[in-house]
Amino acid sequence: MIRLAGGRILDPASGRDEIGDLWLEDDLLLDRPADADEIVIDVSGFVVAPGFVDLHCHLREPGFEDKETIASGTSAAAAGGFTTVCALADTRPSIDTGSDVESVLTQARRDALVRVLPLGTTTKRRDGQELSEMADMAAAGAIAFSDAARAIRSASLMRHALEYSLLVERPIVSHAQDTDLVDGGVMHEGPVATVLGLKGIPREAEEIAVARDLALARLTGGRLHLAHLTTAGAVEQVRRAKASGVRVSAEVTPHHLTLTDSAVAGNGNGRMYDTNARTNPPLRSHADARALLDGLRDGTIDCVATDHSPQRWIDKACEFDQAEPGMSSLETAFGLLMRLVHAGALSLPDMIAALSARPAQAWGLPYGTLASGSSADVVVLDPDHAWVVDPERFLSKGKNSPLGGQTLRGTVLLTIAAGRIVYRNGV
Amino acid sequence: MTLQVINRAEPITQRQPAARTRRHVLDLDDFSVEEVETVLETATRMKDVLSRPIKKVPTLRGKTLVTLFYEASTRTRVGFEVAAKALGADTVSVAAATSSVTKGESLIDTIRTLQALGADFVVMRHHQAGAPYVVADEVGSSVINAGDGWHAHPTQALLDLFTMRERLGRIAGLRVAIIGDILHSRVARSNLWGLTLMGANVVLCGPPTMLPEPSFCAGGLPWDLERTYQIDEALHGADVVMVLRMQLERQTGGLFPSLREYVRTYALTEERLAKAKPGALVMHPGPMNEGVEIDPKVARGVQSAIEAQVTNGVAVRMALLYLLSGLPA
Amino acid sequence: MPVLGQKNLLGADDIRRAIARLAHEVVEHNHGVESLVLVGLQTRGVPLARRLQDRIREFEGATVPVGELDISLYRDDVHQRAPRALSPTSIPVDISDKTVILVDDVLYTGRTARAALDALIDMGRPRAIQLVCLIDRGHRELPIRPDYVGKNIPTSRHEKVAVRLEEVDDVDEVVLIQGQDDS
Repeated sequence: MIRLAGGRILDPASGRDEIGDLWLEDDLLLDRPADADEIVIDVSGFVVAPGFVDLHCHLREPGFEDKETIASGTSAAAAGGFTTVCALADTRPSIDTGSDVESVLTQARRDALVRVLPLGTTTKRRDGQELSEMADMAAAGAIAFSDAARAIRSASLMRHALEYSLLVERPIVSHAQDTDLVDGGVMHEGPVATVLGLKGIPREAEEIAVARDLALARLTGGRLHLAHLTTAGAVEQVRRAKASGVRVSAEVTPHHLTLTDSAVAGNGNGRMYDTNARTNPPLRSHADARALLDGLRDGTIDCVATDHSPQRWIDKACEFDQAEPGMSSLETAFGLLMRLVHAGALSLPDMIAALSARPAQAWGLPYGTLASGSSADVVVLDPDHAWVVDPERFLSKGKNSPLGGQTLRGTVLLTIAAGRIVYRNGV
Repeated sequence: MTLQVINRAEPITQRQPAARTRRHVLDLDDFSVEEVETVLETATRMKDVLSRPIKKVPTLRGKTLVTLFYEASTRTRVGFEVAAKALGADTVSVAAATSSVTKGESLIDTIRTLQALGADFVVMRHHQAGAPYVVADEVGSSVINAGDGWHAHPTQALLDLFTMRERLGRIAGLRVAIIGDILHSRVARSNLWGLTLMGANVVLCGPPTMLPEPSFCAGGLPWDLERTYQIDEALHGADVVMVLRMQLERQTGGLFPSLREYVRTYALTEERLAKAKPGALVMHPGPMNEGVEIDPKVARGVQSAIEAQVTNGVAVRMALLYLLSGLPA
Repeated sequence: MPVLGQKNLLGADDIRRAIARLAHEVVEHNHGVESLVLVGLQTRGVPLARRLQDRIREFEGATVPVGELDISLYRDDVHQRAPRALSPTSIPVDISDKTVILVDDVLYTGRTARAALDALIDMGRPRAIQLVCLIDRGHRELPIRPDYVGKNIPTSRHEKVAVRLEEVDDVDEVVLIQGQDDS
């Protein structure tokens, strides 16, 4: 049995916020100490929260093991305080069938430090033509379906996907983007792109696609989950849709809440054309970030998801137009969100909820809570400790982060996944 | 090494270190007024050298300049080679692959080759914005950007400033009309930095699909500029008319319907030029599409400074090579 | 290094007399002013050359053309220091077949004069080049010798000779500054 002693227990799912002790035995949380030998870990002065749940994570295995593996990705997750990660199906081969799902789970049983929940594709091979075998995959354990960065161009296919998903009651995750309007753009269309001479992606590329997907969700009654929203316009549309009963959930990344397109121009740290700041969808303006935060606070946006996208050095050490988009974000998610907490823009309990209770609730997962009897997924946090980001020291194989050299305040001290200590740093 | 980057929320009047500590010339956005003045004065001295019977000095003897051009260009590349040789340096031309470059492998590999060559100066032209910044990060040489995609062409802007001052005696207070596809023009961008820094008044003119969004030109950038779709408005009172090359591929990109319409609406004819101030300077970065954006008679007319731009280009590039040499402070 | 002390070597009158004598020497040695061109080395060689021109005009009644020469681009230490600002180089006549009288304020190692020779030879083919210096402070590093000297001043390497002229410094004087190693 493990006792975490004297910490501030913050469990938004149960409304608990008090100093106290937490007991774990085997892989479950207890509400009182058991009769067993006790390992005591003194966490006084720190925050004890439910292990974070990430609905959007690219583990790259099978097929892209040089970018990341289930082993390295889940190590990074543990270091970031995440005890459950949902793995996108944009692997090679993509996860199209039940046996594909099984092979991911088998690999995870062998290698993963934290819980891996696989997604399946929406269409076979993600090519937007035919639906994948959703029933087969759901039976094997897939928790949602997504073609990842390949937005589904055909409205009729998207409609059918949402309808068909009712069979298995799983969300269709949409990377809402109008491919034609993107038209080769590489960053947010705005003053920074204009000055840098880079082709921009207007907000409307997301807003138009969101409008379409919401209308189809309304039409079909299917469950739509909008991945990584970036625009104020999309937030407003989701707000209205939810109010009128559409079954939609939405996520936002830590970087879209805290960084803007000026990160591409180096933000004053001297790196012009920083390919590590190239993401898909792109980082946008302060006004958009503000609207996303408002959306998170009022529940329009359900939760935070990292969209952890590890890339190789060679994928980023090139011309901006050629660079693969993506940020290695698991290990900086907590620290980045703490910027909002320290600035008074988001309360600590709300932030913890956005990383734990609310993602779990969005997809009906029994995690993200410290209630007795739940899986012993716990994270101990120091909200004040300052550290300088050094991507070379990430546990993820992906060192692609624009935060190198920047200071974050907030560290993960201890991560326990299903009762096992999977990360420990300073406690 | 550090790149000098302006925090774009601050006005451009921020003083930057003088040319003598500079390692690279990637864009004009990090030049101070003092630095630009130094370049222009030094270029005047270099022009003297070019007017002598022996157009050569031994200043950069033993140094090597490598040209790395991913986009074809005779005048800029030869301009740099002539400039280097006039200073006594050796030149090497690295033939680079064209548009089928995969995933930047070629750029990184080429950078390694340049390091092995021990180049003192790398002059680089590339079709993608930001490419010289990647090279400047990796290579020990001084990097001069000879044009990167739509982003910057600092040596062109400097020679344009030099030409304006040479012919009109000043830059501050001049009304400069830039006409054409501003949105996709690196010449326009670098000139915007240079002209606003040196106190000129700029008016941008072109079809709506080729002008940057107005809201993108405000908010702290020194580009809060006059803009118009009507060429007559732009030319009214102009001291300098800078005509940009119309790239014919833009037609297929849906940005304008036909060459004929472009010529009718925006070509600089003698009639239109008469609407500018008497004696207004006509400039063009080249190469020209004569009969498209500029009438041949105007291009060869008495107000045209186009040939001077080319000659001045060598002097300005000599000045930059001279100022980049020597130990960094 | 701190400037320890400054000793006055020549005052305004001394400079005036030296220049007068140098002007006479130049004309005498060349048997007149025909085909002469005075070329002052930037910076202070230029006002010196103009003063020589004035003196010569006074007693010969003829005007010798004066040019200015900046040798920065010919220096042998270009890459060991930050690039210097360039001053004008402008000689109003063709120097081919002329006798060029180079004028400098201080002759020291001889490297400046060597650079000037290279520059002049790139500009034409003079019949002869002669060197005038107001002060020769010794310590030659190259086989260069002056043809006309205003004053010989032995110095050590830790000293510096500063010539100041009204046209540039608002005063006419030559001072010896101790404690500055300007090698």
